[in-house]
Amino acid sequence: MQLTGAQALVRSLERQGVDVVFGLPGGAILPAYDPLRSSSLRHVLVRHEQGAGHAAEGYAWATGRVGVCLVTSGPGATNLVTALADAYMDSVPIVAITGQVPSAMIGSDAFQEADITGITLPVTKHNELVTDIERIPAAIAEAFHIAGSGRPGPVLVDLPKDLLQAQAPWSWPPVMNLPGYRVPGPPDPAAIRAAAGLLRRARRPVLYVGGGVIKADAHAELRRLAELAQAPVTTTLMARGAFPDSHPLALGMPGMHGCYTAVAALQEADLLVALGARFDDRVTGRLADFAPKAKVVHADIDPAEIGKNRIPDVAILGDMKAVLAGLADATAAIAGSEGAADTGDWIAALGRWKRQFPLRYAQEPDGPLKPQYVTERLSALTGGNAVVVAGVGQHQMHAAQHFTFTRPRSWINSGGLGTMGFAVPAAMGAQVGRPGETVVAIDGDGCFQMTAQELATCAIERLPIKVMIFNNGFLGMVRQWQELFYDERYSEVELGTAIPDYVKLAEAYGCVGLRCERPDDVDATLDKALAVPDTPVVVDFRVHDREGVFPMVPAGRPNDEIVLGPEFSAQEQRAATLREVTAR
Amino acid sequence: MSTHTLSVLVENKPGVLTHVAGLFARRAFNISSLAVGPTEDARVSRMTIVVDGASTPIEQVQTQLEKLVRVLKVVQLSEQSAVQRELALIKVRAEPARRGQLLEVAAVFRANVVDMGPQTLVLESVSSPAKLDALLAMLADFGTCELVRTGRIALARGSASITDGPLGAVSDAGEPDRPATEASTEASTEASTDAAEPAA
Repeated sequence: MQLTGAQALVRSLERQGVDVVFGLPGGAILPAYDPLRSSSLRHVLVRHEQGAGHAAEGYAWATGRVGVCLVTSGPGATNLVTALADAYMDSVPIVAITGQVPSAMIGSDAFQEADITGITLPVTKHNELVTDIERIPAAIAEAFHIAGSGRPGPVLVDLPKDLLQAQAPWSWPPVMNLPGYRVPGPPDPAAIRAAAGLLRRARRPVLYVGGGVIKADAHAELRRLAELAQAPVTTTLMARGAFPDSHPLALGMPGMHGCYTAVAALQEADLLVALGARFDDRVTGRLADFAPKAKVVHADIDPAEIGKNRIPDVAILGDMKAVLAGLADATAAIAGSEGAADTGDWIAALGRWKRQFPLRYAQEPDGPLKPQYVTERLSALTGGNAVVVAGVGQHQMHAAQHFTFTRPRSWINSGGLGTMGFAVPAAMGAQVGRPGETVVAIDGDGCFQMTAQELATCAIERLPIKVMIFNNGFLGMVRQWQELFYDERYSEVELGTAIPDYVKLAEAYGCVGLRCERPDDVDATLDKALAVPDTPVVVDFRVHDREGVFPMVPAGRPNDEIVLGPEFSAQEQRAATLREVTAR
Repeated sequence: MSTHTLSVLVENKPGVLTHVAGLFARRAFNISSLAVGPTEDARVSRMTIVVDGASTPIEQVQTQLEKLVRVLKVVQLSEQSAVQRELALIKVRAEPARRGQLLEVAAVFRANVVDMGPQTLVLESVSSPAKLDALLAMLADFGTCELVRTGRIALARGSASITDGPLGAVSDAGEPDRPATEASTEASTEASTDAAEPAA
């Protein structure tokens, strides 16, 4: 059977099991949009290609499946670059399909020509300019395999227009030819045993859990290991929801804006078991001073992460589901012969820190609205049963800290790249992937304005995302740094709260617009927003513009210099700095 | 300057050199030299990459290279375990009065004269990096007008081949102390004398 390249592309996507594509057509990709009309694929027409990229990411985060976006050449493709870089940093599996100018015109500075494989080389797991029409099915199959296997990531396939128009024989499945692509096999049993042995002997262990645990759907195995080993668990920004915050062994988030107990636990630990985490600078603070007393077990699916920032004592290469199942089994076996690990004193010390140095903020009944309060009310009113999506900045940290995450894939954000504008389009993608569920974008006013155009897409596609703008009229995180590190010399951070009028803007986009300025109105506003069935909602929460994010480890400083914030006395800060591990 | 030499087998496909060069740029690794050419298998090209040992973590370079989809195999070659060669063409000032002396130097280093003019001559040298550096130091005294070097190529000594075993096999990186490279384990089984090495 002969098919055009465009038909082969669409059929390959169908056979690959794709159900939705986020895209926006243009000249070079036009041939692909013709067979799309009669295909089983749902196409979501975005308003900006960056939105297509982030939506594909949100879909992938929310479902664990590969997200797909489809755009044209030149500016269509370059508009995807931020989303690809974001997906690369956060190991999000997406396949981007870009049109390219006809083969004969490549290199001639043709209209809407961009060397997109060259441009995206450093921000993709792999990319390819397809030069042979018969390779289209194989290129698509390989792209999905590479994006979704091993350490996931974005893959871009660039298709010249003439290939989409020409005809070639069709067959499926294609033969994949990836002799150099390696996915780690089962973890080494000796390494697993060595790690379980360290865990048995440790007195102050911490499971340092990263995004790899969510990506491997290994939350059940993690919980089993934590309970068997009686080891406390800290979940990084990428791993919120991998372990229930409500669990007695949960320490919350570590890092620059982590919970005091999580940060201090890592500093005092005698054993770190890093699981699908990469010793990111936002977690470690000054690397030389990170977890100075700890032996390290580092388990990861990416061999290049092991030893990159911290040389481990035991390295385990493999998928986190297999690693955690193996660790739990080995831990159970050792407990059977030698008895269980004794971490009681350690857990008691951590419990004291949790009580002494909790996340603290002050919501006065008649005072200005605090973003932490809104987050906690959202968490309570949804019972934690929401998919929470955040952009980047103060609102992101408040959401990560104060929402009680109990399920995996209930938290989606831009971690590594720190992409402002991520939330609205990523929430759109998450809602497409999880249609029956409550998807809430917690966003800042600065972030929101970067990608707000996708509200139109959401309204037309009847995607009822709830956008909670924490509107403080500032680029808040930058303002906080200027306050703390530039002697309150505020430079170009004030956006103002009044322009745009977010309620009117929401209504103009066919969404429901609400505003909330007083603590008393928060519950009623949230109830109203959560009750809207099939229309997006935008809520303009006018929050306190001086509120900071605490605790905080200043950038580049040791984690031991953690600052608790203005809600703690000097005496409490001293006690936190000179923390005592043993019981008094 | 301490250097590391990597032999990298890659698929012979468009864009592969860009992927490898792009990785070095993105990870801020420094390339001292890079030589690429076909191998005995038309589907496979071989790169010899020399990296600066002081500024570049070699284990990271290797594991990151191994992650590239078009890279089939990466092997570190040590000074002792591999034959290393570089071709250079050197245009040297050769005034009649000093020409004899210059030819003597060339002879000692087994560099061939491949072009001769009234004021200059062109030498061709195939040698190890250290010998080439020594030759260049000697020639500087005469006046080097122009120099072109191919970058180092290298081959492990002994009978084993980089293509032994499956290409793109699952990486054996389970331990923090990574296994020794194939080349360095082979080195001990073969004498490391080099019959072709000039006496200088």
